[in-house]
Amino acid sequence: MIINHPLLGPRDSQEFTYLGDMSLINRPDWEADDAVDQFHEYLYLRDNPAGEHKELWFHEQGDRSWLVVTRNTLTHDITKVEIAKDIARQMGRSK
Amino acid sequence: MLKHSLKPLTPLGSDEPDSTVIGNLKITERDDFSFASIAQRDGKSRPFAAAAKRAFNLKLPGPGQSASNGDYTLFWSSPEQWFVEAPMATHEDIASILKAEFEESASITEQSGGWCRFDLEGDASVSTLERLCAVDTAMMTDQAATRSVIEHIGVFIVCRSAGQYFSIYGPRSSAGSLHHALVSAAKSVA
Repeated sequence: MIINHPLLGPRDSQEFTYLGDMSLINRPDWEADDAVDQFHEYLYLRDNPAGEHKELWFHEQGDRSWLVVTRNTLTHDITKVEIAKDIARQMGRSK
Repeated sequence: MLKHSLKPLTPLGSDEPDSTVIGNLKITERDDFSFASIAQRDGKSRPFAAAAKRAFNLKLPGPGQSASNGDYTLFWSSPEQWFVEAPMATHEDIASILKAEFEESASITEQSGGWCRFDLEGDASVSTLERLCAVDTAMMTDQAATRSVIEHIGVFIVCRSAGQYFSIYGPRSSAGSLHHALVSAAKSVA
């Protein structure tokens, strides 16, 4: 499988490690009143779509960047690869 | 300077660096370089750029590239981070030399002791490397540089001369395994 890295171009997937659903970017606020419920949802409840899925990949044997990869779980077709930092900033995060 | 009677060893554990010729490919162990990484600190892009110009007087290489000027060779390792190489004879304390230029604009890490370097020279360089890693070394142009994996060992591959001359940097603690992988692959092609 080839992942088309936004900075480095097409790279073999053996250089990457997989973390999981992109929603892991949105870590809940631990000080919130319902933090326990939020963290339960964050840690354990995950959609398992048959089709397009946004997921976090780490270019461990490359430039060590976190990527958001849009992959079709039925065909393994990768339609989009973005730098996770850019996406987090678009969602209003400072880092 | 503290006096001692310790004897330096090369990454492969000998007194002198190894040089192996297999067919028309030469694999040379290099221990004459010092190495540091520089990472631009958050919000310090201006003083960082100014210090980089003072220290290296070159355009910092972008993703997948290296650049050389005088004693220094730099290659891009990740966003806002570069590896810097210089001769050991003149830059043994490379981290403190660079820290004096960059001050608070960059985090600088001494890397010299952590890495080994093998140079591949000859026509069989590409056919050797294409048996070892997923990087398209045949397409690498002069001064291209990238990180990848050889036999489960994370390495940097720097192309000094397209198709002819490559430097492979790997962890010093895996020097023997990396050298074995290079020699084995070379024997099957060169």
